[in-house]
Amino acid sequence: MPEDILNSFMTGPDEKGRFGDFGGRFVSETLMPLILELEAQYEHAKTDQSFWDEMDYLWKHYVGRPSPLYYAERLTERLGGAKIYFKRDELNHTGAHKINNVLGQIILARRMGKTRIIAETGAGQHGVATATVCAKFGLKCVVYMGAHDVQRQAPNVFRMKLLGAEVIPVTSGRGTLKDAMNDALRDWVTNVRDTFYCIGTVAGPHPYPAMVRDFQSIIGKETREQMMEAEGRLPDTIIAAIGGGSNAMGLFYPFLDDKEVAIIGVEAGGKGVNDKMEHCASLTGGRPGVLHGNRTYLLQDEDGQILEGHSISAGLDYPGIGPEHAWLHDIGRAQYVSITDTEALDAFQLSCETEGIIPALEPSHALAHVTKIAPDLPRDHIIVMNMCGRGDKDIFTVARALGWDMTGA
Amino acid sequence: MTRIDDTFARLKAEGKKAFVAYVMAGDPDYDTSVEIVKALPGAGVDIIELGMPFTDPMADGETIQLAGQRALEGGQTLDKTLQIARELRKGDDKTPIVMMGYYNPIYSRGVDTFLAQAKEAGIDGLIIVDLPPEEDDELCIPAQKAGLNFIRLATPTTDGKRLPKVLQNTSGFVYYVSITGITGAAEADAAQVAPEVARIKAATDLPVIVGFGIKTPAAAQSIAGIADGCVVGSAIVAQIAAGKPVAEIADFVAGLAAGAHRA
Repeated sequence: MPEDILNSFMTGPDEKGRFGDFGGRFVSETLMPLILELEAQYEHAKTDQSFWDEMDYLWKHYVGRPSPLYYAERLTERLGGAKIYFKRDELNHTGAHKINNVLGQIILARRMGKTRIIAETGAGQHGVATATVCAKFGLKCVVYMGAHDVQRQAPNVFRMKLLGAEVIPVTSGRGTLKDAMNDALRDWVTNVRDTFYCIGTVAGPHPYPAMVRDFQSIIGKETREQMMEAEGRLPDTIIAAIGGGSNAMGLFYPFLDDKEVAIIGVEAGGKGVNDKMEHCASLTGGRPGVLHGNRTYLLQDEDGQILEGHSISAGLDYPGIGPEHAWLHDIGRAQYVSITDTEALDAFQLSCETEGIIPALEPSHALAHVTKIAPDLPRDHIIVMNMCGRGDKDIFTVARALGWDMTGA
Repeated sequence: MTRIDDTFARLKAEGKKAFVAYVMAGDPDYDTSVEIVKALPGAGVDIIELGMPFTDPMADGETIQLAGQRALEGGQTLDKTLQIARELRKGDDKTPIVMMGYYNPIYSRGVDTFLAQAKEAGIDGLIIVDLPPEEDDELCIPAQKAGLNFIRLATPTTDGKRLPKVLQNTSGFVYYVSITGITGAAEADAAQVAPEVARIKAATDLPVIVGFGIKTPAAAQSIAGIADGCVVGSAIVAQIAAGKPVAEIADFVAGLAAGAHRA
């Protein structure tokens, strides 16, 4: 047993919130007591059966879990190699995996007596999920969203408003997801008594990366059980898209100690991983630094200033990546690759044509990598790809990219 | 003994409170920034806080965010910020310079390299907002070993249980953040801050300087009066943002310093 624990990849983070050298608690003193309190409350909730009973009930009856594990038969035939399954988290209430984590954090916030919830959002999926759960529980909700993203994700902005949330367009810095996170942190530091910061990805100061991972791990846990049921064995390869990396961490975590399962994370390569930084591939094109409370790989210049990335997908448009991914990358347990905007657009259309599933642009990146590797793999090789969100929110962006005029009838 | 310790010893002998002024290095441009920094001691500034621009200043309000953006757009780098300190040191070996900012530019440079360069440039202390005591191994301990003061922030959320941890590896002075919030936002209230300062002073022999939310000579006087001194940042940076000539900025600072020194 001790040897098993020594060799486990699932024991992190340590008591300082580190995964190897990554993670940590790089926040101002004002926030430090709040983060320690959150850690204590989460540690308590984690071992409290009534907490998980409430989660399980809402996962089942409110979110619609378990999400199906679906054999993508026509796609498999088209690619002519490995057998491809989709984990259908796009079928969740609100249309993405984000709500898995939001439920956990909001239930925790209620236990802590917090009455005001703040969140940052990029594509708007985390914002919508947060606004949704706040509406359900009657909590005040404020969502910070980069002004640029407010424009390109207008349907999600309207959804949040319908759900009663206040959406604050962020113009500080360059008005993107990282700036939205900065403004959310500024709000939190100002409203320390009543406010809970619901972070949408496996980043931020400890305990967020571990806590969000734990809530999202329902994806991987279900996948294991469903795969055993469908195939009687574990998959050979699991693949997910990565911005901050929460859907990927949720799928990967329960498989970390299954050494026979290959793990692949797909970053947004934008217009190509080059020195012009027109991409969001933190692991492929960045280096370690400290931002938003944790040490991880970041897109930055030689003077340590953070750079803006580019991606057609607003949900992947973040210059960092969760610290656990940074660690898995460094120790080689997971492989990280990048996919360009064009490749993702091709995969988006392929999913529509072959499976009748309009995917979000984020999992379209994961699917694009599947299309690259599947044809050369044997037919008994099983791939599971996390279809972490549906593409309704992206049809305007895709139409524009494909030269389709949406203004006509 | 650092220049910071010497300065507080001198002020104590003179029966005066400390006035600390913050400006962003490279704002509005490098050359003007050098002129502004050089004018500060003559305006009555006891300690200079030199802001290190960063793209993601999470603890700062709009005034200082924009100052950082102006500096970065003007080509300000860590090397140039250190150079501003060297320019001041050519004619001033007494006024302490504390670099204030965020960790990533230092981490990116390499902690040991940075500390050697800062020491050589005549820097006396560091205030790094995103390094709480929990991360002391990163920079705090190495900085103290290199002979630089590591000045910690204490805040309204730093309760009695946590205070010893915050004070443990602090040197030079303690920076009490008067409000929960960001720089340049709410106004500090001396009546509310006074018991907090007393609480910290009961736990340390270090001077306690209060910052955040101090904008006028009258506020500088009332806040300095209940502590060992005060810091003004955003109000000065706003003068720079308005494009005021250096002489006018110096006059504005002199007014604030006089307020603090009257306390």
